[in-house]
Amino acid sequence: MHQLTVAQIAQGLREKHFSSVEITQHYLDRIAAKDDSIRAYITVCPERALAQAAAADARLAAGNAGALTGVPIAHKDIFCTKGVKTTCASKMLDNFIAPYDATVVENLDRAGTVMLGKTNMDEFAMGSSNETSFYGTPRNPWDQERVAGGSSGGSAAAVAAQLAPIASGTDTGGSIRQPASLCGLSGIKPTYGRVSRWGMIAFASSLDQGGVIARNAEDAALMLQDMASHDAKDSTNSGQPIDDFGATLNDSLQGKRIGIPKQYFGAGLDTETGNAVQAALEQYRAMGAELIEIDLPHTELAVPAYYVIAPAEASANLSRFDGVRYGHRCDNPTDLMDLYMRSRAEGFGDEVKRRIMVGAYALSAGYYDAYFRKAQQVRRLISQDFQQAFADVDFIAGPTCPQPAFKLGEKTSDPVAMYLEDIYTIPVSLAGLPAMSIPCGTSHGLPVGLQLIGRHFDETGVLQLAHQYQRATDWHTRTPAGLE
Amino acid sequence: MSWETVIGLEVHVQLATQSKIFSGSSTAFGAEPNTQASAVDLALPGTLPVPNAKAFEYAVMFGLAVNAEIGTTSHFERKNYFYPDLPKGYQTTQLEQPIVGAGYVDLNLSEGRTKRVRIHHAHLEEDAGKSLHEDFHGMSGIDLNRAGTPLIEIVSEPDMSNAEEAVAFAKQLHAIVTSLGICDGEMAQGSMRFDVNISVRRPGEPLGTRTETKNLNSFRFMEEAIKLEVERQIDVLEDGGKINQETRLYNGDTKKARAMRSKEEANDYRYFPCPDLLPVILDEGYVERVRQNIPELPDQRAARFVSDYQLSDYDAGILAADRQLSAYFEAAANNGQAKLCANWIMGDISASLNTSDMSINTCPVTPEQLAGLVARIADDTISNKQAKKVFELMWSDGGSADEIIEKHGMKQVSDTGALEQIVDEVLASKPQEVANYLAAEESKRKKMMGAFMGPIMQATKGQANPGMVNKILAQKLNALAK
Repeated sequence: MHQLTVAQIAQGLREKHFSSVEITQHYLDRIAAKDDSIRAYITVCPERALAQAAAADARLAAGNAGALTGVPIAHKDIFCTKGVKTTCASKMLDNFIAPYDATVVENLDRAGTVMLGKTNMDEFAMGSSNETSFYGTPRNPWDQERVAGGSSGGSAAAVAAQLAPIASGTDTGGSIRQPASLCGLSGIKPTYGRVSRWGMIAFASSLDQGGVIARNAEDAALMLQDMASHDAKDSTNSGQPIDDFGATLNDSLQGKRIGIPKQYFGAGLDTETGNAVQAALEQYRAMGAELIEIDLPHTELAVPAYYVIAPAEASANLSRFDGVRYGHRCDNPTDLMDLYMRSRAEGFGDEVKRRIMVGAYALSAGYYDAYFRKAQQVRRLISQDFQQAFADVDFIAGPTCPQPAFKLGEKTSDPVAMYLEDIYTIPVSLAGLPAMSIPCGTSHGLPVGLQLIGRHFDETGVLQLAHQYQRATDWHTRTPAGLE
Repeated sequence: MSWETVIGLEVHVQLATQSKIFSGSSTAFGAEPNTQASAVDLALPGTLPVPNAKAFEYAVMFGLAVNAEIGTTSHFERKNYFYPDLPKGYQTTQLEQPIVGAGYVDLNLSEGRTKRVRIHHAHLEEDAGKSLHEDFHGMSGIDLNRAGTPLIEIVSEPDMSNAEEAVAFAKQLHAIVTSLGICDGEMAQGSMRFDVNISVRRPGEPLGTRTETKNLNSFRFMEEAIKLEVERQIDVLEDGGKINQETRLYNGDTKKARAMRSKEEANDYRYFPCPDLLPVILDEGYVERVRQNIPELPDQRAARFVSDYQLSDYDAGILAADRQLSAYFEAAANNGQAKLCANWIMGDISASLNTSDMSINTCPVTPEQLAGLVARIADDTISNKQAKKVFELMWSDGGSADEIIEKHGMKQVSDTGALEQIVDEVLASKPQEVANYLAAEESKRKKMMGAFMGPIMQATKGQANPGMVNKILAQKLNALAK
């Protein structure tokens, strides 16, 4: 049952091959059996899930079910869930239970999905390997010596290990696409503003965007459909019409122009990864698409600009965790300063502290112009690069990551090496564009991801591009050994 | 050698919106602590701000009322600092593109002087909560009801040169925001708070180092604090010292001020654009629509009071400054006795309100009652002295002027025959005083008439019409002189 895609589960539920309670119980059993080693989940909610499943079965029986009613899913532990602990993988929020649901959670609850639990992640979504989590590091189901990526590493590990058929994630600089790439999955980061940020704990507000980690593009389209909404509670939420994201999945790519940025195939790209991506691009050519080399001249400035802007926003976003109203508070504070300093020193991990300090520095008097303002200017240049490119092409494609999954601990002592993991995903985030990673081959036996980038709000096109590839290839159907 | 004082004001005005600037919580004053603090106000994780359109409307109204440029594009910044009553760890405010640009107000000062004070800009921001340091056994309590209340912060140019001008500016702003209805003007509740920047210098020299006295919430305290600080700075400089750039607090009870923190200890606020809020763009049509809905401003009202009611500029200015006082005045003055009504409102009514710590809204004497009282003064039914008595009874027991006059038999005697008889009797009983009067020089006689007035009023139990008594008395004495 755990080998079924979401589309197949939905069909099986409608055709009464199994009930939501049955498939939910099946997943709960798998989680109980296998998650001790995978560590994909921070919190599993058996009772809540079975109650939701029973309600979904009632809806299915009554004939008022939606497309995803009864389908088990997992939520990244960055989305607030009323009554269920929301930790952001931080000691700071180890005791935090939100009195409200994130809009994403509310939307998917309303659709009738069943929440199995909350998935592991890098602390406050800061990391590319999930090694900054307070709750241990999820393992890559393809090789448990290796990382699942981050920050949505728990969601990717859960789906790859078939401990959930699909999961939500969030992406600030690559946090959906990179773990999807490392775990052989299909992960979509929608256009900034497509999915409400209400109840999604902020890392870098101008970049954070909720999305989906799935086994294929068709499933991703299904979940995104119920996830996206217009939300008056998020001022940055877009008023763009919510498209039918699966509308053109089966349409031909004949005549579509795909831009290949020359900057995405330079030094630092693993050879086998490059080969797998090139082969995928040839597949597109074979399907009737035109490949056009394009120039994104400011690409190399993206990582440095991102590591000013994201920490700067984070330094303010994380100020609310002060030990005063909720979250971790140090024992016996002697005065206010002691309360602040010890609560935050104890509650935050090293990477979070590093980014708060970098961000505060970049905003401080005398450095603002040299760092923050300059980074904002770079961000505009990067957006313009994409804008100009999209005048000539419909999509842009290239590798998601420079290399496949790396070993646990391999990069923890070198933050810059870790930051370069996101060299191809960060520019897209800075421009706010929709992008997806889909599996397209292997390097050293590990999955390789192909990144597909679309114009603003063209999730439909990106999903079509992904689905057409998946009709012609079977990389997305492969699953890691030893987890049957 | 003399000193010159340079004063600039920063004024925080709480906007009278129903809900907060970025959340739906109520802004009503005086609720139980933390009962008007939502998840957004508490800065729970994942919550986001949504701007309140009314706050923008009110800010634009203010801008138009002070002849300011309206920023068609404004956006919010985050001002970062840690304090327990600042839940997010930053205040959402405007720095680079405030909603209200440069403007000015004109002040009417004593002795007919006027002064224009320029406004540098005014921006929208959120108020912080309150830290309560009493009743918690050495700890502090936090009340977040106020957190997120919309404010405009009005920043003046340093155009004022003494306490009188600064207070006049503050009062003028109070008059404007209350007339617009964008602030309740309740200073004691913190609805308007003033920070005063003060420096002194020798004439012709560059600006001196300034200090900022923060959070003054009454005009009187503001005046006292300015005078005290100017004196202190002059003393320091004349003793050869120098002024530290610092923040000061004035205590209205002890009449003393103290330094709170110096520039060296000041926060680096690390302002940057708030990524949770998009720039707000006001189209021309919007500003025009707001302009159409601006109510009468104090200056316009004062001019109307002068032309419609023939009030003096001074009286018109005082009444027009307060929308409620103006409404009260106009409700009373339609009896055709505007000047008398104005005198009563600014005199006995204001004094009584002050004594009983009430405002014109809760005045126990209605405009209709006042109009009735004034009418009886105007038609000589009662004397001014009797009127005061009637007013007191009205204030304490209610009732119309006519009812009170009737009940207490306070009609003044204006019957000529009766008065003549009493005058004759008094003159007959005081031959010596009459002889003195007749012997005196013409110029001194008028004063000497007082000797007869007292006994006459006594004989009529105070009810004689003093004007008529005067007239009859003068006639009788003149007749004797001939």
